[in-house]
Amino acid sequence: MSQFPDSTLAEQNLQMSKKSVLELRNVNIFYSDNQAVNDVSFNIRRNKITAIIGPSGCGKSTLLRSLNRMNDFVDGARVEGELIFSNENLYGKEVDPVEVRRRIGMVFQKPNPFPKSIYNNISWGPLINGYNGSTDELVERSLKQAALWEEVKDRLHESALNLSGGQQQRLCIARALAMEPEVLLMDEPCSALDPISTARIEDLLFELKSSYTIVIVTHNMQQAARISDYTAFMEMGDLIEFNVTKKIFTRPAMKRTEEYVTGRFG
Amino acid sequence: MPLTTEQESRHLEKRHRKARFFAIFCAAITWSSVLLLAVLLYQVSIEGFRWLDWQFISSFPSRFPERAGIKSALVGTIWLISLVALISIPVGVSTALYLEEFAGKGKISKIIEVNVANLAGVPSIVYGILGLAIFVRFFALERSLISGALTMSLLILPVIIIASREAIKTVPQGIRNAAYSLGATKWQTTWAHVLPASFPGIMTGVILALSRSIGETAPLIMIGAMTFVAFLPEGPMDSFTAMPIQIYNWVSRPQEEFHELAAAGIIVLLAVLLAMNATAIFIRNRTERRMK
Repeated sequence: MSQFPDSTLAEQNLQMSKKSVLELRNVNIFYSDNQAVNDVSFNIRRNKITAIIGPSGCGKSTLLRSLNRMNDFVDGARVEGELIFSNENLYGKEVDPVEVRRRIGMVFQKPNPFPKSIYNNISWGPLINGYNGSTDELVERSLKQAALWEEVKDRLHESALNLSGGQQQRLCIARALAMEPEVLLMDEPCSALDPISTARIEDLLFELKSSYTIVIVTHNMQQAARISDYTAFMEMGDLIEFNVTKKIFTRPAMKRTEEYVTGRFG
Repeated sequence: MPLTTEQESRHLEKRHRKARFFAIFCAAITWSSVLLLAVLLYQVSIEGFRWLDWQFISSFPSRFPERAGIKSALVGTIWLISLVALISIPVGVSTALYLEEFAGKGKISKIIEVNVANLAGVPSIVYGILGLAIFVRFFALERSLISGALTMSLLILPVIIIASREAIKTVPQGIRNAAYSLGATKWQTTWAHVLPASFPGIMTGVILALSRSIGETAPLIMIGAMTFVAFLPEGPMDSFTAMPIQIYNWVSRPQEEFHELAAAGIIVLLAVLLAMNATAIFIRNRTERRMK
């Protein structure tokens, strides 16, 4: 039982949902001697979809990969500045990158299911992280969340590689959701998919928003406009503008942003 | 200037001719090597076939050709290959995994890489000398199965390492990324995904390497495998002989009957080799199918 009256609780929830999950403070990212991201700061809000847009090579994927330390695997990559996640700097000395990736999940550009069964694709992550509930339930729940259950429920033990590209990508989303991540990062998740699969995934993101915080990098401005609540526009490693998506696409503050979203370059 | 239709079709005709010629050329090369192998097998078969019976397989060597058999050599070879597999596969695959997945891309791994590649080209007799000095003498393992197996493992390790590394390299980075993004450690990623995905390629390397070691004679002579063994080895510390050595011994005798025995020995050796490879390929294909 809550100790607060209902109205206060609702207010608190609202406060909570407004709060940031991830705060980027003066983030600089280098590849050996080249700087890919320059002094970027913005906040990622809970239960919202934040889109990062910008022309090719603007550093948006690099920035996304730094949010769950996937850049650790790139030779010569270095991150400076602070990325605050639950009161801790993700790049602090005492932070275990494995723990970071467990809590901040990722879906990649190209669908990358494991060459194993659909079932094992979902259950592997939680199992290695010590999950000891019912894997059957977990698999069903995750596949339902990713709107894939109806299509695959009769062939859970078949290889995931037999699925179509769009189904594979939804499987990858289900696999990430099975970990119940606090933040879900998506790196151009629809760029390898046909329009119908893309639409399904966009619908899916809309539904997931109520329980997850999503950061999506996209090449497709219409997509950003359709699905996101906040948009960050980047160019040449700089954050040009960060604002509510509606503002970015209707009344951007910067001229460069306007030129980009109206399709004059990029 | 654009080509006329006639010129164009003549040009196309020429290109088709080239393609046909190349296809025929490749087929000719392939079939000539197959033919060579067939001639060899035929030659060996007619020479050795009349000696090939149960008596030959179940008898120890003898001064009298009609009583001589390959039992001790056959058992010795099976022992040897099993020990070699037990030693070289874990060491070779672990090395490859370390170099590909764990070691950085620094100078030291580069040096190791060059060394491994060079070791693959060292003549087998040199490994024999090394085995004699280190395993037989220094570690005082005597002229035993284990000395032979360790020497042979050294000989084939470079092949296993190189083939395994190539197989590991072909595992798509996306699979590793997927595992890492689920909060897997490097070890969990390697064990659960990289190793199974590269397994078929690793098996191919292992098959090639073990096939080579089953026919090697020089290093075994060097470390002193015996040529006349009238007992079966009961453990890794026993002395032994192997089929290539037995065959070599028979060939070097003056009597014609022994030459025919050698041919029969070759048939048995090839049969063992074939059986071994078939098993390995069967296992490989089954895992490959499971991955799809």
